[in-house]
Amino acid sequence: MIKNISNLGDAALYCDFGDEVNKEINSDVIKYFNSIKENKIKGVNNLTPSYNKLIISYDLKVTNFREIKQEIEKLSLSEDTKTIGKNLEIPVCCDVSFSLDIERLEKKLSIKRDQILENFFNKEFFCYMTGFIAGMPFLGDLDEQMRAQRLETPRVKVPKGSVGMTEQFANIYTFESPGGWNIIGNTPLEVFDSSKETEPNLINPGDAVKFKQITFEEYKNYNEQ
Amino acid sequence: MQLNLNKLHLKNIKIIMSNSYFKVIRAGINTTFQDKGRNNLYHIGIPFSGAMDNRNYLLANKLVGNKLDLPVIEFAYQGPLLKFYGDKVNIVITGDVVFKIRQNDKEIDGNCYETYELKNKDEVDILSTNKSVYGYLAISGSFDLKLQWGSCSINTKANIGSNEGKKLQNDQEIKIFMLNENTNKKKIDYLNSKIENIRIMKGTNFDYFSDNGKKTFLEKEYTVSKLSDRMGMRLEGSKIENIVNTNIKSEGLLKGVIQVPADGNPIIMLSDHGTIGGYPKIAVVASVDYDRLVQISPGSKIKFKEIELSDAETLFKLYEMETQNLLSQI
Repeated sequence: MIKNISNLGDAALYCDFGDEVNKEINSDVIKYFNSIKENKIKGVNNLTPSYNKLIISYDLKVTNFREIKQEIEKLSLSEDTKTIGKNLEIPVCCDVSFSLDIERLEKKLSIKRDQILENFFNKEFFCYMTGFIAGMPFLGDLDEQMRAQRLETPRVKVPKGSVGMTEQFANIYTFESPGGWNIIGNTPLEVFDSSKETEPNLINPGDAVKFKQITFEEYKNYNEQ
Repeated sequence: MQLNLNKLHLKNIKIIMSNSYFKVIRAGINTTFQDKGRNNLYHIGIPFSGAMDNRNYLLANKLVGNKLDLPVIEFAYQGPLLKFYGDKVNIVITGDVVFKIRQNDKEIDGNCYETYELKNKDEVDILSTNKSVYGYLAISGSFDLKLQWGSCSINTKANIGSNEGKKLQNDQEIKIFMLNENTNKKKIDYLNSKIENIRIMKGTNFDYFSDNGKKTFLEKEYTVSKLSDRMGMRLEGSKIENIVNTNIKSEGLLKGVIQVPADGNPIIMLSDHGTIGGYPKIAVVASVDYDRLVQISPGSKIKFKEIELSDAETLFKLYEMETQNLLSQI
């Protein structure tokens, strides 16, 4: 559970759940996130759950650090605040025009392309959090031998739909954006849809995600069906 | 109809439906619609957005007799040239802005914080935000805009908000939905104060940096980079030395958070920031200084000054009282 609460500036509370990244700790973060949402604490205007931290932003015109800290400390989490996730399958095309960093990864990991992809497409991922850009899911965990560092010089523009890997995580760029992840393919799916105000994200924290490899033909025809 | 009529109703102000509009002759560099922004969406990756300089946003709405949370036009550096088509409309510009108003053959230099009545085919030409960054234009009434998650604020990086999430474009029309009737000319004397010392509190990764790195951050001058925008303010100057790691496990960000990536140059998160980031947080800007921070233009020098949380809270209260006081004089 929460190991330490500190202030992040004068308008946010920083709840630290530890340094490790695993499903158990992340589930605790999500439990607090859900519980705070349900309790509608006065002045709280944003919550950012991540792997092992929860940031609670508040309106300094309405409340302050001391008051929100007290509210959080007296929260009692009921056992049934569970995180129930969906199972999702995401189509990915690994055509050379999309797998921008596969050669770099072959060198970094000393694993051949086919084995990288086989390992990737056999994995069932868990969604830890979404954000950075709207709807981007942070998925884990890649096997030890599949873990590579970010690009040394991030790309100024990563194409929309790009599927990337960094350390134990995979992600999907929901918009064209700057970024430093190793890109292995591209999905034709709309992972973020701003016209759906209540549920714009296809993938949410707690969901289980599998990727399915598709051909370039299937990719091109995907949105025309 | 996208706006709720009841929400717009103000005491003593009659509202009339309108079919007038502005034609955008020149869009300017970064002209968007902004309002109070959107809450409670960080967890899906959507930041607050909203007017960068909140005080000038509120003053603009108040001067034209609007409810304080109505959308305004925000511009940066060079603003738009707008031509009005319709019967009449009251406008005001706030910030530190150089602009002209053209009526028939006559051209006048405009004053900020003073309302002007535009008639059919009059033009407002916003030339520059002088030595600041952002300025605001409000009309006595409301633009016809689409709301997304309760706000029309445009976030161009995620294409969220009104105008399909894009900056204003040359030749487009800005439709006016409703106008306030019987608005009087209003004016206040207000001068935007400038700051060079930005007050900060230590961030959660302050101890990731060497004693030298901390000293550098708190004592040296930094120059605001040209690469700054609504997402972030990049700074250039003495490198801040890291002793723990150049990355942290990705976690939430807020406006005002100062991150230091591997190259040692700090970046301050601003209103359209990414919601999650993986660089160590050396400090956070005190809320009291945010409105003035965003107005510091590229090439300017800034310094950081550490304060305690309790001081930051008190200073913000005073700043907020001052804002309310200004609003009550209008």
